[in-house]
Amino acid sequence: MSAAISQLAKYNAKVARSRATSEPAWVRWGLITVALLFLTLFLFVPLAAVFTEALRKGFETYIAALIEPDALSAIKLTLIAAAISLPLNLVFGVAAAWAIAKFDFKGKSVLITLIDLPFAVSPVIAGLIYVLIFGLQGWFGEWLIDHDLKVIFAIPGIVLATIFVTFPFIARELIPLMQAQGKEEEEAGLVLGASGWQILWHITLPNIKWGLLYGVILTNARAMGEFGAVSVVSGHIRGLTNTMPLHVEILYNEYNYAAAFAVASLLAFLALITLALKSYIEWQSNRVAISSNTAE
Amino acid sequence: MSIEIRNIKKEFGSFTALDNVGLDVPSGELVALLGPSGCGKTTLLRIIAGLESPDSGSIHFHGVEATNRDVREREVGFVFQHYALFRHMTVFENVAFGLRVRPKKLRPTEAEIHRRVHQLLELVQLDWLADRYPPQLSGGQRQRIALARALAVEPKVLLLDEPFGALDAKVRKDLRRWLRRLHDELHITSVFVTHDQEEALEVADRIVVMNQGHIEQIGSPQEVYDNPASPFVYKFLGNVNQFHSRVNAGQAHIGDIALNLNAHHTVQDSDALAYVRPHDIDVYTEKNGDQALQAVVSYIHAAGPLVRLELQPENNADIIEAEITRERFRELKLDQGSQVYLKPKSVQVFLQ
Repeated sequence: MSAAISQLAKYNAKVARSRATSEPAWVRWGLITVALLFLTLFLFVPLAAVFTEALRKGFETYIAALIEPDALSAIKLTLIAAAISLPLNLVFGVAAAWAIAKFDFKGKSVLITLIDLPFAVSPVIAGLIYVLIFGLQGWFGEWLIDHDLKVIFAIPGIVLATIFVTFPFIARELIPLMQAQGKEEEEAGLVLGASGWQILWHITLPNIKWGLLYGVILTNARAMGEFGAVSVVSGHIRGLTNTMPLHVEILYNEYNYAAAFAVASLLAFLALITLALKSYIEWQSNRVAISSNTAE
Repeated sequence: MSIEIRNIKKEFGSFTALDNVGLDVPSGELVALLGPSGCGKTTLLRIIAGLESPDSGSIHFHGVEATNRDVREREVGFVFQHYALFRHMTVFENVAFGLRVRPKKLRPTEAEIHRRVHQLLELVQLDWLADRYPPQLSGGQRQRIALARALAVEPKVLLLDEPFGALDAKVRKDLRRWLRRLHDELHITSVFVTHDQEEALEVADRIVVMNQGHIEQIGSPQEVYDNPASPFVYKFLGNVNQFHSRVNAGQAHIGDIALNLNAHHTVQDSDALAYVRPHDIDVYTEKNGDQALQAVVSYIHAAGPLVRLELQPENNADIIEAEITRERFRELKLDQGSQVYLKPKSVQVFLQ
């Protein structure tokens, strides 16, 4: 009973507060309408267009465009690039965030700036950097040819470019989280006799798991969708060095709209799954945060 | 295990946290490091634990140099200010952690771990919380779990950083009595950091008063309270009134009144600061004899076991605080604005 009353009091307080602090109705509805219109025009309509265009010539054409060998090879390459860059960036991101959040050292701000570099540099430039280093006329060009190694216009180049553009996501996600958590728990583990690995495995990682998962999903989304940097280093060799976004471009340039949109719809679908996963993780980590706060 | 600290220096950038600090903690004692924030007490505690390393100086455990010994090999238990419980582990797993991370050869069996953890949880009277997670506990419960976790590895030294700092007043009082009893049972050498003089005076065997990286005084609670070594110690241990006075041949002169001192008999006419505790001031409504300070009652705090008076002296010096019993307060029939006469009963003088 008393719980019900306090609930009611809370509710009333909420209503009263919202009245006291909110704008008049026409302002609210006006802003909501503008926002919805904008979203519809720039997000929902294009997304719907991708799927309708993909299915315009019927479901069979759609499937045919996806299981055609070049498309399958593009899908495979995209998955390979993501599968290699993801674990590497996972290790790097955790290591960098751990170093930055838990230790003080000279050059820390330089490291933070370096991590942000891929955000600041245009992906095309990133691709060009690799061409300059590993390309035929690049620094290591001759050495690579002598040893019969291919980086540019081959899978290693695509993986390198993907790693470069997805570099900051995990570290950026973890640094504020780890800084907020402080290092007392790690110190407690240390005093209790735990080794560095035990502390990482039993204390640090469990504390950051939701943030880490979130970073992984963002990294994955970017790794599969990257166009610019990969475009420069790939060479667009059909069936060999084409990722999904590049494949879409080629099909589109050949006026093969149905096939282009079919592959694009697959990418869009992957993006939607990623977003759903992301929301689920946000919801989960919020729930954990709330349940630990209410017990305070 | 005894701890000897020799000439420890520690700087953070241009800030000197500890300046040539030396301290002996005999085996089995409960010692309080007391001082205002920024005085270096927590840094000293962390250096003893090995979480911080000194710029120079040395630490000895039981006579053996341990300055460069790894934290993990120091056999210390550390209770953090904000407990630092592992938030994703149950209370049981928190306490068991120190045993579970041991190398295989030294690790107790699962049954032994169970027995030890439950024994410790019983010791801190929280056995029924074994399956809860730290966020589900109250502050006082977390504090006791943190203590159980620190004791699980059977440390030779227990270090506590502001152990009651984040608790409310009532829980604080209960817990510090409980800590004192626990120490009397276990007899483990313990050092705790606090900024609360009342806490230090009540719990510790010995108090180390620190200020700006120095140790001001070391002594039993009574010694430190009754014979403060410096104005800082005097001011830090409880409320105090400060008077400018002159000392001459064993007498302190404050305004018109002269007070006999136990010391300074040979001093000739020297400036001094005189300190009087609020409960050492007698308040009268009539002038008996001429040796009294005249003042007006400017405020009365009547809530509590003692009545606190704020008094404005007639020469417009700083406000004087006095504490009198409730009976005395009723006897005097004081009101705001009443004219009163003050006589210090005892005074502590530091020459300038």
